[in-house]
Amino acid sequence: MKIAVQDSPFDFGAEAEAFSAGASGAGAVVTFAGLVRDADEGSLAAMEIEHYPGMTERALTRIAEEAMARWSLADALVIHRYGRLETGEQIMMVATAARHRKDAFEAAEYLMDYLKSRAPFWKKEILKGGGSDWVAAKDADEDALTRW
Amino acid sequence: MDILYFAWVRERIGLPRERVETKAATVAELVEELKAREDRYAAAFADLSALRVALDQDLSDFDAPLDGVREVAFFPPMTGG
Repeated sequence: MKIAVQDSPFDFGAEAEAFSAGASGAGAVVTFAGLVRDADEGSLAAMEIEHYPGMTERALTRIAEEAMARWSLADALVIHRYGRLETGEQIMMVATAARHRKDAFEAAEYLMDYLKSRAPFWKKEILKGGGSDWVAAKDADEDALTRW
Repeated sequence: MDILYFAWVRERIGLPRERVETKAATVAELVEELKAREDRYAAAFADLSALRVALDQDLSDFDAPLDGVREVAFFPPMTGG
């Protein structure tokens, strides 16, 4: 299991390759990457991500351990960045390895749902025209947890 | 105990962390003590439904006891991913 919280970029391809190579006994690997999405009107300059050092690693580890146990995963990976990220940059990735794809897909969705609203990160949008806004948590993200 | 603030709670109060001496028995009592200090605290804690609290880095709630707790963190709902 790999949990990384870092300000530096990560190499999605290299991470996915290494993860897949190390997942012995798995028949399925699912990867997901989240990027900084521009606003519809193209007004976003960057995203600033704040986190709670210590609690972040603890929360991510707990979420990944839960997924490992629940879907009998061969392995799981979570990388999440913090700091200032430009539009289009990779914010985070998750990877899951399981014997069968259904478990790998479900576990990846579970990881995403939980780290959206249970890992202590906060996003702030930095606008091109100056100014900034904290991103508000969505009810839909909280509701998504009820399906698990 | 150490009190930490994140995101707009940090901005509204104007500092990321501070050490306070308190006899508050619960998180809610601690919040009342902080609110009584200054307007910026009262503003930050005006709507508790917009806030989350962690005790020693575990999510908790405002009714939770503070017995033995070393670190309390206040922050808005999380927006990871």
